[in-house]
Amino acid sequence: MLGKGVIKGLAETARNFVGSFVDRGRLDGNGITTVQYPEERRALPEATRQFPFLLYDGSDPEAGLRCVSCHICEKECPPRCITIEKSTDKKPDFVGKPQFYPAVFDIDVSVCMSCQICVEVCPFDAIRMDTEFELSTDDRFDGLMWTKEKLAKSNEYFRAIHPTEAAEVDERRAQELVAAEAKAAAKAAQVAAATVGASQ
Amino acid sequence: MTEHLDQIFVILKQWLVVHSPVALQPAASVLLTVIPILIIFPLLFAVTTVLERKGLARIQNRYGPNRVGPYGFLQPLADALKSLTKEDIVPDAADKAVHFAAPLLLVSAAFLAYAVLPIGRNMVAVNLDGGLLFFFAIGAIPELAIFMAGWSSRNKYSMLGAMRAIAQMISYEVPLILSSIAVVMTAGTLSLVGIVEKQARYSGVLPHWNVLTPWGFAGFLLFMVAAAAEVNRSPFDLPEGESEIIGGYFTEYSGFKFALFFLAEYLEMFAVSGLGITLFLGGWSAPFSFLTWIPSWMWFFLKLLAFIAAFIWVRGTLPRLRMDQLMNMAWKLMLPMSLVVIFAAGLWRFLPEGIVRWTVCAVLIAVAYVLLARAIARGKGISKRVYRFAE
Repeated sequence: MLGKGVIKGLAETARNFVGSFVDRGRLDGNGITTVQYPEERRALPEATRQFPFLLYDGSDPEAGLRCVSCHICEKECPPRCITIEKSTDKKPDFVGKPQFYPAVFDIDVSVCMSCQICVEVCPFDAIRMDTEFELSTDDRFDGLMWTKEKLAKSNEYFRAIHPTEAAEVDERRAQELVAAEAKAAAKAAQVAAATVGASQ
Repeated sequence: MTEHLDQIFVILKQWLVVHSPVALQPAASVLLTVIPILIIFPLLFAVTTVLERKGLARIQNRYGPNRVGPYGFLQPLADALKSLTKEDIVPDAADKAVHFAAPLLLVSAAFLAYAVLPIGRNMVAVNLDGGLLFFFAIGAIPELAIFMAGWSSRNKYSMLGAMRAIAQMISYEVPLILSSIAVVMTAGTLSLVGIVEKQARYSGVLPHWNVLTPWGFAGFLLFMVAAAAEVNRSPFDLPEGESEIIGGYFTEYSGFKFALFFLAEYLEMFAVSGLGITLFLGGWSAPFSFLTWIPSWMWFFLKLLAFIAAFIWVRGTLPRLRMDQLMNMAWKLMLPMSLVVIFAAGLWRFLPEGIVRWTVCAVLIAVAYVLLARAIARGKGISKRVYRFAE
């Protein structure tokens, strides 16, 4: 009969309408249906990514910055939101090798598309994705142009937001440090042997 | 006391007019009639937008707006401020003058319709003898305004939306007017005030509302379906069709002009609901004789709110029709049914009062409906869709 489906549908929506007032579980559903966002927050998945940040070791963002200003991320960035200017002098990195560092490292987050390609190409584990998403600003030019100072975040912060990834990176870097130290020791031994040989 | 409460606005207006300078009295009288209409119905629109959003949300088991003000009821204020401060973009290729005039024409036409609606005893802006005719004449202006909006925007989607709107509104105007003709036939007048007064009488406790007769009930349903289509209300919101044609005829409107389209749409909905109330539900009259102590204007607005709730309910239930379904419904079902309703109303007028005319009219309408529905449903089984070019 024409019109029966309409009546059925109306009954169904009426049941939902009344039910939402009677049964709170319909609305909240243990945080499945509706999350009242600013008051209620769900834990983010570990792989969450928003925008990149720069990692530094130790407590000084300037001295411990891992970036060696190699420009790889700048060249790989599809929307070209990264601007790097290389320093003229060098500073020692975590194994003590002298490296350049970025004099300027800017990311225009209004352009960034959160693709994580900069993270994947970085050979120095210097850039990673942040989970922070409440980033609104009243200045759409300078407020969205993040400089080195704003981007630099400590390794402890990285461990807190991406524990699995951070553990893996830390382990790799510890091995690199051990290898570098062994190499340095071998070289020192070689130099010592050469010195001994020369004196004989 | 009840008499005074019923007439409180009429008395207030007369008092204000009498106490204004004699030279200004005609102007004061006009202004005091027009300004309340210009304030009350936009306010009702503001309340309706938030009620609609909350109602739809509840139907979908959500909360709806609950951030601005207590329970989110200041949301319309925030929306109004937002639309006022937004940039007003006019497309480069648009016909600027027509693009500007379309929303203004639409809103003024929507307001003009209230001129003849009796919203209480002795509360009507103009008591025209041909009030119903005036209402439908004014109700044809939005079609022009919508086409102006769609055409002047120079946008495919606007144009498609406007063409859909024209096709739909012209098609549904036919059953809308035909189903109200049944009321005019029995009331013997085109004046809306006269039609309400005919219905505001009681036999026992029950009123003489048209909806309480078989032809009136069928006519009422036809009228409301046609009215929903006439004001582009869901499920007949094809002219907007957000999922298909972006925003239809107001795709190229932004800021306050967009808000005006929104306002006009709701004002038309209230106006046509008001007409439905006037024609079939006894306008401002009370549903039972023992409830006549409640002021007449209150009854009108209670009925209007009930209509708004029903519109929201239907919007939350039914999906949008397809264009061919829309046209089939207008021409194959509603047009013949409204003709049957007119015939039944004629029989009702000439048969003697009693159970006989009730049975005759009810059976006539029911049989016609079943036969029509069967004829339409024939050969409409669900089959596998065949794609001619896509496979």
